[in-house]
Amino acid sequence: MSHLAAPELDPDELEEEAFDSSSQASSTQTSTLTWINWYTSLPGHDYFCEVHEEFIEDDFNLTGLQAMVPFWKEALEMVLDVEPEEDSSKIPDVSIVESSAELLYGLVHQRFILTKTGLSCMVEKYEAGHFGACPRVFCHATPVLPCGRADMPGIDTVKLYCPNCGDIYTPPSSKYSGVDGAFFGTTFAPLFFQTYPELHAAPFFATNPPSTAPAHSSSMPVGGPTFTNPDPHGGQKPALGRVYVPRIYGFKVSERARSGPRMKWMRERPERWDELDNVDWKGRWKDGSTTGDKGMEDEDEDMQQGEVKRGALFDDEDEAEEDEEEEEEEEDAPTQAAATTTMAGSANESRGGGAVHAVKTSVGAGLSGPPGPTGRR
Amino acid sequence: MDDLSTGSESDYSNSWISWFLSTKGNEYFAEVDEDYILDRFNLTGLNGEVVQEYSRALNLITDNLDDESLDDDVRESVETSARFLYGLIHARFIVTSRGLGKMLEKYRKADFGRCPRVYCYSQPLLPVGLSDIPYQKAVKLYCPRCEDIYSPKSNRHGTIDGAYFGTTFPHMLFMVYPQMIPGKGQPVGSSSVADVNRSLMAGQQRGEGPSAVGSVSTSAVAVKAERYGPRIFGFKVNEDAKLARWRTARRDGQIARLEALEREQGQTNM
Repeated sequence: MSHLAAPELDPDELEEEAFDSSSQASSTQTSTLTWINWYTSLPGHDYFCEVHEEFIEDDFNLTGLQAMVPFWKEALEMVLDVEPEEDSSKIPDVSIVESSAELLYGLVHQRFILTKTGLSCMVEKYEAGHFGACPRVFCHATPVLPCGRADMPGIDTVKLYCPNCGDIYTPPSSKYSGVDGAFFGTTFAPLFFQTYPELHAAPFFATNPPSTAPAHSSSMPVGGPTFTNPDPHGGQKPALGRVYVPRIYGFKVSERARSGPRMKWMRERPERWDELDNVDWKGRWKDGSTTGDKGMEDEDEDMQQGEVKRGALFDDEDEAEEDEEEEEEEEDAPTQAAATTTMAGSANESRGGGAVHAVKTSVGAGLSGPPGPTGRR
Repeated sequence: MDDLSTGSESDYSNSWISWFLSTKGNEYFAEVDEDYILDRFNLTGLNGEVVQEYSRALNLITDNLDDESLDDDVRESVETSARFLYGLIHARFIVTSRGLGKMLEKYRKADFGRCPRVYCYSQPLLPVGLSDIPYQKAVKLYCPRCEDIYSPKSNRHGTIDGAYFGTTFPHMLFMVYPQMIPGKGQPVGSSSVADVNRSLMAGQQRGEGPSAVGSVSTSAVAVKAERYGPRIFGFKVNEDAKLARWRTARRDGQIARLEALEREQGQTNM
């Protein structure tokens, strides 16, 4: 905190003061570090960006905050490193002002990061990966952005929004459990991605035919480098659209099972952008059908014809196969039988490397024999 | 040490398996029963071709290895092989009824961590592999509430081979214990996070029952699942909302399909 004597000044003069204090930084130990520098460098505070002092000094930006922060004047002085006035005896404890200052800073931060300067400040942090990565496997460590679920303080802690799956996650470390979500606010994350649509995933995902899919097709722009979203305000980044499919011994768990998949829809995307328009404002198919449009069913049939091949590939469980997970319908019994045969056959084929070959054999053995659920009682 | 081969030794604390399980980073592993390992039938296909130093590794796991006579290099490679072999046996064991029971206990204690997704309300997770072949993919965590998979938080766990758990395990568990399937919505008797949510969503909240599994149909459980809807100054974002509606339609399509199937089956049963 500055040791300069700074009585109440108007904003312009304050700015000068701030400038002065930084120019004399070497003179005193404490003035090298402003309160904002110090606060944002604390452990767990690395999601915050540094709010420019000019922003805080502009009273207009603080409209309405005075009623929410106790010891307003003292807190503001602390944040701006202004020497408190003489009659500070009415403050019972400096730690109360401390917490007021944190609240004040957080609320100003919520407003600041919505400004042009604030957004560009945050995009720098975002691209440097300061906020961590999405824990979801098929988001392939997409960088996440802090967000709040409420704009009023004291309701909820900070969460992390993933622009690929569009979901929100709890920060991985408990050191963020003290950071209020209101210090980022509900608007920031969506506005950020409206401002930088090239960082947000497009809402559709075209599944490549597995035969032509390059090894890393999921990270490549779909349809070559000329990927565009027809909606100029929507996400412009090719989506990482793989969806997890539960399998037992290589066979998909049917949705007809009581424990079958129920949540696949939550991660699915349409193949094409215009399919989004097949749904009305209430979330019903416009053509009145219940299970989707005809285009979908055709695709499903195509997929089912590829099933035998997929069965043979199940060991290799990888991009080529997982790329086409749009499937809805359950496989029918004959297809499964065919898949089993192919699978057992493939287990005996050599793939070169000794270890891999050997383990393949063991997997084959596992499928045809003992270590099944009935292996041991 | 040969007298230990009976498998009856009760010096539990000194066994290789209990040492292995107590090692930091191995919290996901369950204890494989000694007699499961000693039954050669369960080890079909695991041999010298798959695991280097197979017989020494097996002896080490079952505490029958006289490792005084080995030099350090050999001991180290046997040790590595033993971990590998234990992992492969583990993948088989945890889909047996004994193994499922043990893993269920660990799941109840949330030994595998909790789902990071906010709307999963700290749902305990289960380990799952993306491949049954070793050295392919590291272990992931399956959330039975959102039915998605996540990477372990800690690097210690993030480097365990997924083949030590297998692709089948969590799904087999819920086939065998369908009553353990969590509901999709907000849990009853919820924590502080849920209270927060209640205050946020007051008025919008549907009545959340307990898990809809048991003898009850699970066709429509997904209706209760909550999703995040981005808003700018309170207004929904066009494209995100569109995608959300499309997903709602997909969800309702599945529910309609399953309910039609149920009615069909109900009729044939009558």
